[in-house]
Parts: sequence; C-alpha cells; structure tokens
Amino acid sequence: MESLGSGGQAALLLLADGRLPAGGYAHSGGLEPAVAAGRVADVAGLERFLIGRVETAGSIAAAFAAAACARAGRGNLSDLAELEAELDARIPSPELRKVSRDLGRQLRRAMNGIHPHPHFAALGAAPHQPVVMGVAAAVFGLGPRAAALAILHENNAGAAAAAAKVMRVDPFEVHAILARMTDRLDCLAAEAAKAADGPTADLPASGSPLTDIAAEHHRRSDVRLFAS
Amino acid sequence: MYASSLRKAASGRPGAMTARAVLASELAANGRGSRVRTLRSDGPLVLRPCHPKGPEPLTDRRHDVARVALAAGTAGPLGGDSYALDVQVGAGSTLVLTEISAMLVLPGPREGQSRMSITVRVDDGATFVWWPQPIIAARRCDHRHDVRITLAESARMILREEMLLGRHGEAPGDFSGRLRITRGRAALYDQQLRFGQAWDGWNGAAVLGDAAAVGSIVAVDPCWTDMRPPALPFHKDAALMPLAGPGVAIGAVAPDSLALRHLLTRGLHQLGPPWAI
Amino acid sequence: MTDDRQPQETRALRLGVAGPVGTGKSSVIATLCRHLRDEFALGVITNDIYTDEDARFLRSEGVLPEERIRAVETGACPHTAIRDDVTMNLMAVEDLERDFAPLDIVLVESGGDNLTATFSPALVDAQLFVLDVAGGGDVARKGGPGIARADLLVINKIDLGQHVDVDVAQMVADAEKARNGAPVLPLSRKRPETVEKLCDWVRQLHASWTAGGHTPVDPGPMAPHHHAPGDTHDHDHGHRHAPGDTHDHDHDHDHDHGHGHTHAHGHAHSHSHSHD
Repeated sequence: MESLGSGGQAALLLLADGRLPAGGYAHSGGLEPAVAAGRVADVAGLERFLIGRVETAGSIAAAFAAAACARAGRGNLSDLAELEAELDARIPSPELRKVSRDLGRQLRRAMNGIHPHPHFAALGAAPHQPVVMGVAAAVFGLGPRAAALAILHENNAGAAAAAAKVMRVDPFEVHAILARMTDRLDCLAAEAAKAADGPTADLPASGSPLTDIAAEHHRRSDVRLFAS
Repeated sequence: MYASSLRKAASGRPGAMTARAVLASELAANGRGSRVRTLRSDGPLVLRPCHPKGPEPLTDRRHDVARVALAAGTAGPLGGDSYALDVQVGAGSTLVLTEISAMLVLPGPREGQSRMSITVRVDDGATFVWWPQPIIAARRCDHRHDVRITLAESARMILREEMLLGRHGEAPGDFSGRLRITRGRAALYDQQLRFGQAWDGWNGAAVLGDAAAVGSIVAVDPCWTDMRPPALPFHKDAALMPLAGPGVAIGAVAPDSLALRHLLTRGLHQLGPPWAI
Repeated sequence: MTDDRQPQETRALRLGVAGPVGTGKSSVIATLCRHLRDEFALGVITNDIYTDEDARFLRSEGVLPEERIRAVETGACPHTAIRDDVTMNLMAVEDLERDFAPLDIVLVESGGDNLTATFSPALVDAQLFVLDVAGGGDVARKGGPGIARADLLVINKIDLGQHVDVDVAQMVADAEKARNGAPVLPLSRKRPETVEKLCDWVRQLHASWTAGGHTPVDPGPMAPHHHAPGDTHDHDHGHRHAPGDTHDHDHDHDHDHGHGHTHAHGHAHSHSHSHD
C-alpha cells in the first residue's frame, strides 16, 4: 500500500475538492429525495444517512476507483471495460447508473482541460465516475488508496453540503458529522486498496435499496433542487 | 470466503451441521417437458418433487415442468451450521424451485456464523423459476447467505428474495446476503445486503431506514437484450428498474412481510404476462 | 473516440443569455428562435434552478423541435454553472453541437440569478444580459459586470414602462452611460421593430464570429459588494439567514430568488483561452 507521506497529498486534495470544476455541485447524493420522502428529518438522521451511504455505495465507489487506479497505474487500460460492466451490475437503478456516468463524463471533460493525458481517451464514451477518478489519480501518480479516498470524500462532502440547502441544519453540525467520519473514510479507503488487485468479481457490492428507489422517484419529481 | 471455504468453517465445531444438497433438471427424453434428473437431499435440506401450490410466474400450474420444493428438516441454520445447495437447470428444461416455509436463521448454542451457499447454473434455453419463502434473521443470529447464479445467454430466470429483519417486534441479528448473477461471462446483477449490529448505517435512509422487511424480484429474459421494460417507481417504497443487461429488478422495503409481498407482487404485475401472478 | 472535443466544423456560435429572474430570458430566447430558425440551425440549453421548467416552457412554445432544447440542472447554483464550473453546460453544448451538427447558434440560458452573474468566456462566445423595466428604472444605473460589459444589454418589456412608473428613455440613457456607449436594446415582443433589431444584432454577431472577427469578452468576475451609507441597491430585499438555513461552502445562493444579493467571491478568473 502506498504511503500518503511520500508525496502526492496536494494532488489528492485537488481531486477530492468539491470545487474541482466537474459539476458535482448539482448533486445531493440522494439526500434531497431522502429528505423529500421524510426519511431524513434531523441531524441524527443525516448522520445515519451519510454513514449508510459511504458503507454501501461509498465502499463500492472506493473499491472501483482503487481498482481502476491500480489498472491504469500498470498501463492496463483494457481491463477498465470489465470494471464498468461490474459496476453497472452493482447499481440496480438506471437513474443512478446514468448519474454515475454523467459525473464520470464531466470529470473526464474537466481533467482533459486541467491535466490532459492519453489515459482519459481510453475510457469509454460515458465512463462511471469512480473509474474516471481512479484513472485521474493514476495520472497524478497517486495510488489506489488515494483514489479511493478522493472519491469517498468528494461524494460524502458533496451530499453533506447539500444538507444546508434541503434541510434546516446548522452547518457546523454537518461538518461535525464529516469530522466524525474521517476515520471511517480512511478505513474504507484502506479496504478498497487491499481489494484493488483482486478479481473484479470480488469487489464489494453492498446495496442500498432506499437510495435506488428514491433516485427513481426523484427523476420524476416536479420540484427538485438537485439533479440527484 | 465463499463456497470453497464453507466446509472448513463448519468443521471442528462439534454439533454444527454441514449439508450439501444437489438438484438438477433436464429435458425429457421425448423432448416434451422437463424432468428432475438429480434430487439429492442432505440432512436438514430436504428436496421433494411437488405439485403447483400457489401462483408462480412464467410457469403457472403447468405440469410439464420440473417442480421441486425445499423443506427444512430442522430449524435453522443455527450458528456454526453450513448449508449448501447446488442447482443445475439443464439445457432446454424448466425448473421451478419453491420452499415449504420461511427459513428462520437462529443463533447457535455455540459461537459461530451460520452459512448458506447456493449455486445455480442455468444452461442454454433453460428456464429457472425460484420462488422461495422469506429468510428471517432472528435476534442474535449471525448469518452469511451467498447466492451465485450463472446464466447461459439464452436462459430465462425469475427469482424472489425476501428478508425479514428479526421476528415480529425484535431487532435483527447480523445478516449479510449476496446475490450475484452472471450471464455469459458478464456480471448482470450483484447486490449484497447487510444489516444488524455488526454493520453501520444500514438503518439510515440511504439503505433500509426503519423498514423491517426488504426484498426484490429479479427477472432475466434474453428478449430484453435490446429493450427492457421502462423504470417505474410504483410506490414510495418500491420501484421496478431495468438493469444494464437484459433483466429487471423490482426492489421494495416495507414495515412487515405481508406489505413486502404485496409490493413485490404489484411490481411483478407491472411486467405483465407471463411474469405477473 | 472521446466525446470531449469537437471537430472545428461542428462548432456553433455560443450565445449566452443572462439576467435576473423574471426579466424574460426564456421569452427572449423563444423570440429569437421563432424569428431566426429559418435562417440558422439553432439549439438551446436551459439552466434551471428547479427541475427543467424553462426547457419545458420553450418546448411548449414550439419554437424549436423538442430535442434541440436541453435542460441542465444546476443544483441550486445557477451562477456556478455559468461561471466557476461550466463543465455541465459545456458538455451539454458540445453534445448538442455533435448530435445536430452542423448547428449555427447555440443559445445558453442562465438560471435566473442576481445582477452579478455573467457567463465565463470558457462557455460562451458572446452574451446578452436581460433587464426589464418592471425590475425598476434604477437597476440599469447601478451597473455591474453584466450590465456594464455584456456584448448586448436588453431592456425588456418596455411596453410596461408607463404601468410601473419607469421612464424607459431615462433607463436606456442610464444603461448607455453605465456601458460607455456599448449597445443597449429596448425590447418588447409587442413592438416588432425592436424584435427585428435584436435579430439583426444576432445576425451581425454570427457574421462577425464566422469571419473570425469576434473575440469573446469577459464582462469580468462578480463585482465586490459595496456597503455605502444610504446605498439602496440590491440589498433592499435583505439577505435572510433563517436559523439553520445556510449557504454552500464556496458560493451563495438565492433560495427564494427574491433578493439580489451580491458578493465578492474572490474568484480570480483569468479566462484567456478560446475553444477549438
């Protein structure tokens, strides 16, 4: 496992930053529909939501970012198509598959403007966001653990930031949740890195039924702030 | 971690039960209808040919299909037990696998996980209908449930899975179940569900919220290669979702088993005949 | 083949339409489509705050085939989507240009925001800023990057001037002053000669852009916020902070679009790149 101490921290911060111009701000990570359905109503509910999310969809995204990073780092780009298909199989909701691919395209579009590299062209027409993040991390010389951490933080902080717009919450309390979750994100990133070189079929597949169902409702909602 | 290590996990625990049942169907010699080729019960896993009882999708009440019910010979699995079931649906045949009663997963007298590993292979042109009863994760259980289904590209399949988070009014034990379906060589559906004290966040609004029952129906039909039924969130707690490959998943959460069954059946109706029951 | 870069021949003139909420951006776009669709191959990108209402409005107007009107959802950050992080919009424009190649003009409608929001030159080649007389005669005088430096300032709904006690001529004069003589166009759908002027401006812009004579001009980043005594500008409506109602980490939003709150964001934009 790579050491974060050996450099690369700044590149990791760049990739994980919500201000990276890749359109992440338009998404609430499923929080808006959860609030709209009355399933998240307070700070405690928000914390359970965020934890459940990183332990399921987050662990999958982390594992796939790590796996993509490991493959891209070896120059093994032909394996990325299999990762894409395996990730599709782990996302039952067509809406969430589309969101992941939209965000992936946007991230690649942004990276092509920020830090062009031939690896980005090797990704399919609409690559999933974690796969692009893995490749971007590799392009910056980062390892699988950093790739996993970048996608975990970006997704988690993005959903948390949306809380301020869809709930009545104190932003300090929201960030207090994020602060309590830092060890959890580190653990998930380390696990993702451990599995990165294993068989693709063995990557995590932890489902989140309510997220899938809510995403399908959200797409059909007439009033929404966030795209997802 | 999966099937290969199951026997090892169970051995060395006195009293723990290890069982492996085998079931296979094939096309009858005259080419009309299907028959059971292998039916090997083992210990608590009792397989019996049966007649149609309740409604089934795809094969409703037809008598030219191979129809088998799984009956639990004892309670459990309990902690330490390791059960396995291997199913093969031979080329061109149709197999319906049902279950007599719900599977109540309980803690054992000793420490240790209970495990159930099911592998299914559905060959060319074959149809597999798996219509079991719910799995009930009783308080303090520690269960790993692993289902691997391999479909030929021309195979059809429908299955229902229902999990109840504890018996009525009790908190669930630790449960982790994975259902992985591959078609040809590609993954089609891969979902793991975890709940219980051992895991975090499952009772949050991203995963199960305050639901006491969760389930899904997965249907695969090569006819859906080019076009799948459209997505339809037909209830606030349920949705029909086309997969990336030729299949659909109906997902639902509910406050109890009856409401869950109702939602899943409603989702099935959205697919129309021959799926609807 | 990646979807990221367009071959030169499929590149359209990208024209942004910005301005506060309710000034008639959608209506200006509908008007342009109606009058120019026989001369130019057009496409429209809308940016909505809630769902895809503007796109639905334009589709229902029937001004263009539905599939040429696409909505980008901006997650309650309409100004971010046209300024700080244009990736979603840029991809929507590029997709439209690719799917309906060759397009002549793609109109990009910003989500109704406040007076300070302008398009990044990374997204559009030119932009028009839309005010209306109903918003008050003094708005033009206050200036701001969009009012002062957009390629064209449209003062819309001039037929309403008398009903809202606004001296249209004075408002136009104020605007011209704020813009140092750059073009100001009083507009009313009910006055065909004004509509024709708007269309002519777009025709000339397209001709000069096609000939390579148009250079994107950045109206500039958001203006700093002044708190001069007695200053009664945008802040009249107050910037409400309900308990627990908060702003995003890096930019402010109009939750209820009623208040034009302007802020210095400290974004140092130095967009000097052009598209290829």
